[in-house]
Order: sequence, then C-alpha cells, then structure tokens
Amino acid sequence: MLLALNSVAKAFSDETGTVAVLRDVSCSLDAGETLALTGESGSGKSTLLHIAAGLDLPDSGTVMLDADTLSAQTDAGRAALRRGKIGFVFQQFNLIPSLTVRANVEFQARLARKLDPDHIAHLVAELKLEPHQHKYPEALSGGQQQRVAIARALAARPRLLLADEPTGNLDENTAGNVLNAMLSLVNDTGAALMVVTHSATIAARMERRLHLSGGALT
Amino acid sequence: MTAMRGISSMTLLALLSHWRRNPLQLVTFMTGLALATALWSGVQAINAEARASYQAAAATLGEGQFDQIVARDGNTITLQDFVGLRRAGWQVSPVVEGELHGVRLVGVDPLTSPGGLPDLPLGSSAPLQEFLGDGVLFGTAETLAHLQDAGLAGHVVLQRAPSVAPGMALGDIGLIQTLLDRDDLDRLRVSADQPLRRPALSSIAPHLRVQETIQRSDLGQMTDSFHLNLTAFGLLSFAVGLFIVHGAIGLTFEQRRGTLRTLRALGVPLRRLTVLVAIEMLCLSILGALLGIVLGYVVAAALLPDVAATLRGLYGASMSGTLSLRPEWWLSGFAIAIVGTTVATADKLWQVAHMPLLASAHPRAWSMKVGQGATLRSLFAVALFLGALVLMRVGDGLLTGFAIQGALLLGAALALPAVLSVVAKALQGSAHGVVSHWFWADTRQQLPGLSLALMALLLAVSANIGVATMVSSFRLTFIDFLDQRLASELYVALETDDQSAAVEASLLAHAGEVLPLLSADTQANGIRVELDGVRVGPTYRENWQFLGQSDTAWSDVADGKALIVNEQFARRADIWVGDPVTLRGADPLPIGAVVADYGNPRGQVVVSEALFFALFPDAVALRFGVRTDAPDVLIDRVGQDTGLSRSAFTDQAEIKAFSLRVFERTFTVTAALNILTLGVAGFAMLMSLLTLADMRVPQLAPVWAAGLTRRTLGRLELLRALALAVLVFLLALPLGLALAWVLLAIINVEAFGWRLPMFLFPGQYLQLGLLAVMAGALAALWPALRLARMAPGTLLKVFANDR
Repeated sequence: MLLALNSVAKAFSDETGTVAVLRDVSCSLDAGETLALTGESGSGKSTLLHIAAGLDLPDSGTVMLDADTLSAQTDAGRAALRRGKIGFVFQQFNLIPSLTVRANVEFQARLARKLDPDHIAHLVAELKLEPHQHKYPEALSGGQQQRVAIARALAARPRLLLADEPTGNLDENTAGNVLNAMLSLVNDTGAALMVVTHSATIAARMERRLHLSGGALT
Repeated sequence: MTAMRGISSMTLLALLSHWRRNPLQLVTFMTGLALATALWSGVQAINAEARASYQAAAATLGEGQFDQIVARDGNTITLQDFVGLRRAGWQVSPVVEGELHGVRLVGVDPLTSPGGLPDLPLGSSAPLQEFLGDGVLFGTAETLAHLQDAGLAGHVVLQRAPSVAPGMALGDIGLIQTLLDRDDLDRLRVSADQPLRRPALSSIAPHLRVQETIQRSDLGQMTDSFHLNLTAFGLLSFAVGLFIVHGAIGLTFEQRRGTLRTLRALGVPLRRLTVLVAIEMLCLSILGALLGIVLGYVVAAALLPDVAATLRGLYGASMSGTLSLRPEWWLSGFAIAIVGTTVATADKLWQVAHMPLLASAHPRAWSMKVGQGATLRSLFAVALFLGALVLMRVGDGLLTGFAIQGALLLGAALALPAVLSVVAKALQGSAHGVVSHWFWADTRQQLPGLSLALMALLLAVSANIGVATMVSSFRLTFIDFLDQRLASELYVALETDDQSAAVEASLLAHAGEVLPLLSADTQANGIRVELDGVRVGPTYRENWQFLGQSDTAWSDVADGKALIVNEQFARRADIWVGDPVTLRGADPLPIGAVVADYGNPRGQVVVSEALFFALFPDAVALRFGVRTDAPDVLIDRVGQDTGLSRSAFTDQAEIKAFSLRVFERTFTVTAALNILTLGVAGFAMLMSLLTLADMRVPQLAPVWAAGLTRRTLGRLELLRALALAVLVFLLALPLGLALAWVLLAIINVEAFGWRLPMFLFPGQYLQLGLLAVMAGALAALWPALRLARMAPGTLLKVFANDR
C-alpha cells in the first residue's frame, strides 16, 4: 500500500463558527493505482487532497505514505517527502512566473536532486512543450500551462501524483488531451494517481472512484 | 440633484471602504506623506526661525548696516572717547551690551542712532518719550517672561516687542548702563553720512579702530547658502518620502481597478468618479500633511539647538533657540504635501479617466505595470546623466550645482531597476543550485514592486556617502590647515600698544622664532580685504602649503616683490598666481602664491612685515606667534622681563581643540538629517515589502508545495532584502562620490568661495553600507517572519479551486 488515510478528521473555524470538513475518513491507494475522488463543492475533496499531500495536517487520524507517517512529520519532514515522493497538479496551474517553462519543469526534480535530463526531455516531448521551453508562463495558454504543471509534477518521478481538478479550467477538447497525456505518463512512470474532479468523464477513466459527501466517504 | 448627491456619497463610501479593508495601505500612505512633509516642514521651520532671528537682530541693532568703532585691544570705550569723536564731527552713536540673568541687554542712544529709533511698538504721538520713559525694556514675550522670573519686573517696565531678536532686551543706553552697573561703552555705530572734513580716527583716539561692515554684510549671503543646503536636504528627504506615497497610491489604484470598473458599470459617471477619487486623495493628503507638520515641529525643535550652534560656529550669526509656529513654514508643508500627492496621483487619475469599462481588474498587474516603460526610464536616466555632464562643463553658480546633483540623483534612481535587473539576471545565469536560480529569477520579478523603495534607499545612501565624504574631507583638510596655520607653539596677545616693543624684545631673547601677526583693513583691486604682515622665515616656508605658487614665492614676498592672497579673494577677483594686485597706496605686485583659508569669508592679502609697515607706519603688533621647545619656561621668562601675565599666552593645542569643537558641531544637523533620510528609506522598504507580501503568496505557494519549507522561504525573503540592499549600496557608492565631488568642487566654491580637496574614507563607507544593509534587514524582518510563520491554510487558499 502506497498511501493510507486512517480516520482522518478536519474542521475549520471562522467568525461564524466551526465547520467539520472531513469526518473519520479512511481510504488507501496502491502503487500504480488510479483513483477519482468526486463530490459536491465544499464536500472536502480538496482538503482531503491537501492532507494526503502533506500540505495540511488532519486534526485527528493518520496519513501514511510508504512507511512514513506523513501526519507525524515536522514541517521540514513533510516538505522533504513532498519534494521526493509527491507530485501535485493544481487547477490554477500555479507555475512559478519568474521561471521559464523548462526551469519550471525541472524545478521540483532539481529540488529533490533527482534531475534526469532524458526523463525531462521525454516529458517535454510527450506534453508537446518543446516550442515553449524558453517562454515564461504568462505567454502560454491555459492548456499549455497545465501541461507544464503536469510535467513539473512528474519530473522527479514521484510515487504519488495528486491532481486537484486538473482540467477544471480548460475547454473540453484541451481537457481531454491533457488527461490523456497525464494518464499516459502516470502509466509510464508507475506513479499512483489521485484526482479530485467534478467530471464524470474523468472519473470514469480511473480504476477506482470514491465519493465524498458531508465530509465522509460513501 | 438629490440623486446625484446620493450617487456621490455612495461612491465615496465605496472608495473609502478600501482603506477600511486595507489599513496597512492607509498607514503606508499616511506615514509616507507625514514623514515626507515632516522633514520638509521641519527644515523650513528651522530656516524661517533663523531668518526671523537675523531680521530681528538687524532691525534692533542695525547689524550689517553700519561700520562700527571698537577698541583695538578688545576692551570697552570710554564716554570721553565718544564725546571727543562727536566734538570732532564724527557721526557716531554709542552702544552698550551685557548679559543679565541670561538675557543680552542692549542699550542704544535714540538721539544719535544712525538708523533712528528701532522698530518697536511705540505710540505714534511721542515715540521718543515712550522709549526713554520710566525705564522701559523691550523684548519678546519669552525674554520678558524670563526677566520677570528673574525679579526685574519691579525695577523696570517690561514691554513686548516681537521684532526684537530672541534672547535680547533693548532699552535706552542710560537704563542698560544702570542695570549692568557700568559707565563705559562697547562700541560706536558709525553713520553712513559723515561730514566731508573730519579728523582721522587715529588722531583723535588712536586706540580705537573702525570695524567695517563687510563681514556682516556677507552674513546674509553666507547663511543663505547654508539655508539653501538645508532646503536641498529637506527636498531630498521629501522626494524619498514621496516614493512611499507614490508606491502606496499605485498599489491602491491597482487594487481598486475592479471596484472602479464595477462603480462605472453600476452607473457612476466617469467624470464624477474621477472627481470623487481626486477629492478622496485631497482629503487624505490634508490629513497626512497635518500629521507631517506636527512631526516636522518635533524634528525642527530637536534639531534647532544644533542649527543655532552651527550658525554661531560658522558665521557668528545668532538665532533663537526656541521654535515658533510661523505660517510660512507650516503653509509650505501643506502646499508641498498636497502638490506631492497630486504629482503622485496625477497619472493614476488619468488612468481612471481613460480606463475602458471592461479593462482587466487583475490586482497583480500592478507590480508588472510598474516594470513597464523601463526602457523609457532608462533612456531618460541617460539623458539626465548627459545633462549633468553638460552642466558641469558649461554651467556655473550655486543653482547649477544643485541642478547637477538633482540630475545625478534622479538619473540614478530611474536607472536603478534596469541595472538591478541586469545584475540579477547575470547572477541567475551563474547560479548553480535550483534554489539560487529561482531566488534570482524571483528577485527579478520582485524588482518592479520594490523599485520605488530601492530608489529611495539609493538616494538616501548616496546622499549619506556624498555628505560624509564632504564633511570628512573638510575635516581632514581643516586639521591639516590648522597644523599649517597654527605652527607656533605659543600665541601672545597684548592689550596695549606700549607693551609691544618690550614683549617682542623679550620674546626674541628667549624664543626660537618670533612671528608678529600684523593686520589691517584695506582695499586690494578695489575689494575690501584684510591685509596681514608676516615675518617671512622657516615657519612660514616649511608649513604653508599653497594651492598655486611661483618658484620663488616666499623669497619674493620677503623682498617685497610679491604678495600672497587667499583663495576667497583670488576667486572673487578672478585672479591667480602671477596676476597683479594693487593694494591701496601701493604699486601693483604680482601674486606669488594662493593659499587656502578655510572658514574665513573675507578676502585676505599677505605681505612682508616691511611692506606692511611701509603701508601702515603707525601699526603696532599686538599678537605674536612664538616657536619654542619649552613654552612654560618662555612664559616665565617673558613674565619676569616684562610683567606680562600668563593669561596673555595661549597654547596652540587649546586653539586647535577649540577650532575643532566648533567644526564638529557645524555638521551635526547634516548628519542628523542624513540619518533621518536613511530611516525614511528603510521605512519605504518595509512598507513595500509588507504590501507586496500578500501578492507574494500565490508566487510562493507553488514553491512551498514543491518542497521548500516556510522557514526556508522566510529566510530567502530576508536574504533577498539583504542582497538588494548590498547591491543598492554598491551602486550608491559611485553615485555618492560623484555627489561629493559636486559638493566640494562646485557647490562649496559657489557657496563659500573655497575648493576643498576630496579624500576617500572606505571605513566610513563600510559603516554606511552596514547601516543600509541593516535598514534592509530590519525592513524585511517582519515580512520574512510573517512568511515563516504563515499558516499553511493561507498558502493553501492559493490552490482553492474557487478562489
């Protein structure tokens, strides 16, 4: 088992009170497996994904990645795990605007000291990014930016790829192309994939589907 | 009509709500404007106070208007001398001065006073009787309150007169003599209208001499240049503060683009919207100006004692040590704050007026927008540098000097972002690690947002370097100059002419070298100068260094074939080595050498002792420089020979120490203003970093998500500020040295009449560099800590799908 969430709970407080976003959520993901996480807006999908990535901590419960208890790590420990084992694709792409496309793609792999020029070249070619390598993100279309984000997420050969509405900002045709490229590369690298999505089409392309409702898996 | 008023008030409320939601921006805006106004109005307050003091002194004493007769030995004048002069036809008026309970009492004779009655609040029917009345003392409310506290009220009538100089009380000479328990006089004012035939002063009262008004009339001009310097500093500080205002306004407008677009979409007419934004800015600028004026009062009150000391030390000008709320400075504070805000707002208002209804409302466009037009700014900077070069070659005058400085400063500020971008790009290219590569790339991206604050820092640091170089060069030159001029180990000052011959004979018997110090007022090439007679010998030959000289300068001077002039006179008369100088009553003589004479506003000509006596046969040496290895023995022996008391001798070290003390205080104000300017620049950087901090989150969140900890990101933010401060300092160094050169070679010459050599002070620059880096580090510390401690939730919001 690659990823295991056990009895994870999370609540947020604001001036209007406390809202429980996740209640006793448990799920797992094997290496190489693909999983779709669906649910209505505000159901806690993104929060679950953030906790799985070590970007956020659960109020209770544990998150295991390989043999490491992610939720028990320090900030620095979680950062190290993210660098080496997790790739993340955001809906808003979140590329680093000050770096070129090529530098963005290499960024996480360099951080993890796992830069493999052949692998980068493969990703760039697969995602049709060669003509754009020396451009800055602002010069790219949404679809192109998301392809850069996918390349960046996979550049360090992560064991786990997490994607939060990766095609939510793209038109249907571009979304299809991006999804195909992502699944193909996940397959190539042997990474496990967890995708948060509203799209039934995308969910149908995953091996497993989980639905989150009212903070609990159904 | 009512509907339109409703629209206006609703729109204004919507506009003002921005400040409620962004209090930091409001604080930045107000603090920037208040600091800028404070430094400007503080300097203006000092200038206004000083000018009022000069005017009051001139009005009450007629200072700078009339020649004065004083005793040669520096003592007082007897009533008999005064009567003798009046009987001989001299139109002179007696003045007595003295201090009582810390107040300078001045007694004048209204009947003979050349300027008539002083400007006092006297009744128009019988002003003379009122002045002479039953013991009336005139002074400012503050002075009179002081005298009242001292218990004088029972003896004299105290009457308020705002025109009297601060710390001074004026009255009839008889009253003042009674109060001071004296029957002698301090000086006699000489009316400009004198009878054509009158006996020479030396024939009536040979122990008296006429002190011409030349030195006094220079006072206005000399202090003007000092005040112009202060004003220039105030303006520089204001410009630094204005960078903060401009930055805050720029950010505000960009963040409100969406609101403005929505307001227009909801039916607010464009013209009304523009006017309302202008009104909003005007109201804020008035509030900021008010704050600034209060702060300026505090700054001025804190600096005033040092300014007063500077003016006394440099020019002998007196000014009040207390500050009044004069309208000329607080009104100028208001005016400049409003003008400054208008300048900073003008292009934004233009944008509002021309913004298409469907323009992008992306808030982050702001930082990138600032970066636009970089090429234009760089070209403008090059044009300014070229303009400065042209002015250096063809221009002259004090204003040209300031124009060159302005062009250099503005040019450098405009060129700064481009230069930093090039440097950051080069460092990015040579970076090995991915983090350092990203660090420099990210730094380049931050430059547009930080450029205004960095420009402010550049101006502050370079001004500091320029002034530090000038002051330290001045100091070094001054010490060297004192060593040259005060080569004698001992100085003797005699009280009466009849002591001179005996003391000189005794000195010659016991000392290595005796140097009579002769001086008289005369004219050279039609210009009033001080003529000095010197006994040319090894001391002069070995110690005096010249700015220019002929090969046989001292020999020619000793033979009476040449003379030496000081730099001030040479520049004023536009002459140099070899040019002829005609002393009144003598044949023209060539200039053998030009000597630097720092701190002396007067022209000076030096001739041999023999030539001096040929021109002034009645002159008597009352001062001597004495070379000796054993000063104490010499003092004892001369005392035994002539009965001269020990107090007539002054140690060289004492004079040097006193001169240096005067010098050190002279530049205290400049140093204080410099530090304040640096502080304002540090504040500008802090505010820029804080306002950028929120916009930084979306840029930093992906880096954090990719595996850099918040702590590391915070450290990198701090490092970035330090790196930028170091880069700015490295660029400020040549700029500061250029400014120093302009100060020393152009402004100083124009303002004071002498040119100083320029020295470099690496130790001081290093200290300033550390100060600049500290300012950068302190400014970045809070934003960096905020980032290091930022809740993950804040970073996660960046990834929220519905943001």
